[in-house]
Amino acid sequence: MPKLNRDTRTDVTFTLNGKKVTARSEPRLLLTDLLRHELGATGTHVGCEHGVCGACTVRIDGEPARACLTLAAQAEGADIQTVEGLEPEPGGMSPLQAAFREHFALQCGFCTAGILISLKALFDRKPGASEQEIREQLSGHLCRCTGYTPIVRAALAAQAQMREEEPRNA
Amino acid sequence: MKPAPFDYVRAASLDEALSALHEAGDEARVIAGGQSLVPMLNMRLARPSVLVDVMRIGELARIEHRKGMITIGAGVRQAQLERWAPLAGTLPLVASMMPWVGHAQTRSRGTVCGSFAHADPSAELPLALLALEGEVHLRSKKARRVLPAADFFLGMMATAAQPGEMVEAIGLPAHGIGTGTAFAEVARRHGDFAIVACAAIARPGGAIRLAVGGVADTPQAIALPDPSDPDFDDRLNEFAWALNARDDLHASARYRRDLVRSLGRRTVEEAVSCRS
Repeated sequence: MPKLNRDTRTDVTFTLNGKKVTARSEPRLLLTDLLRHELGATGTHVGCEHGVCGACTVRIDGEPARACLTLAAQAEGADIQTVEGLEPEPGGMSPLQAAFREHFALQCGFCTAGILISLKALFDRKPGASEQEIREQLSGHLCRCTGYTPIVRAALAAQAQMREEEPRNA
Repeated sequence: MKPAPFDYVRAASLDEALSALHEAGDEARVIAGGQSLVPMLNMRLARPSVLVDVMRIGELARIEHRKGMITIGAGVRQAQLERWAPLAGTLPLVASMMPWVGHAQTRSRGTVCGSFAHADPSAELPLALLALEGEVHLRSKKARRVLPAADFFLGMMATAAQPGEMVEAIGLPAHGIGTGTAFAEVARRHGDFAIVACAAIARPGGAIRLAVGGVADTPQAIALPDPSDPDFDDRLNEFAWALNARDDLHASARYRRDLVRSLGRRTVEEAVSCRS
């Protein structure tokens, strides 16, 4: 049975945005810190570190989840997507990201990475999600700039565009 | 805001997990989804020296429906139960609660049994266990035992589980034909901890049970007469006072009692109206 010692750094291997990565971690290291400090993936932000604010939301095996409530060791073998994995080509923007810019759905941008990931997970699972469902998904995030209205507007616009591009997905 | 150091055991089987728990005694904690434990680790409210991860044990990730009892294993995530197709038919009360359990982003990782083991007084799932008179299956290296919900919850975040023991599964009786159920909750923000949560069950024979969470240190339940009975409001009021509500940051004791009376009546009336 694999037992990881508190003082020993061991390898954790998982898929990050489609690429296999390995990093060293001690058992108490959080996934947020592994992503940012060991792998340099600083798109994932760290806010409250106890699961309330949603800034650190990433996808783990397709599901939106708090990276700050996940030990790096728990991610062994998982498929993880962060905001860096949303761009369709280097420097490009996905429809969701473009809609956020178009509709002024961010100001300081601190919460944005987590919100984009949560909405992407919702639309992948449920392309026809209602505005109510979008708002419920957003209830897992705190944004202190926008008042949420432009975020909902951007989400609905992106959803409409994605369904137009992929009608079979609807 | 970082956990204190601990050893981490990734158990591949139930035997391995139980041995590791047995060895470490009260120094060990089980980690499943980690959605309640990791915040406590981060804030150093909990400082176990060993964590035993039970999420790689395939046999624990099952939901089974057998002989009128639905058994939910320790590895079943809340999102898995929420999307389990027979849920609305077999556990309608739980189905109506699931959207209130944390947020989608925590239900994706958090487990059903973890919520019982954590025993937060305002959590919805422990309320369901008490309302439905479910049972908790505890397992240690040497023994297994089954406790009724009322004997499992001992106080705020305190349960009857002993060092070396883990919640292996919980059992909930499947919905009976003709029974009516209802759930309502008041919280500051959808998905936040409940200030008061009420679950009511009205059986075809006339028996009515109301369970209340968020007020006392553990969820509490009472048998009530029909809401048309002249004694109903007095009985509910006595119950509201007996819960010994306290003032805190979120709500006053008086507001909590008020909610028990109003939400209590509303959920019982709704459960009675769904009964056939």
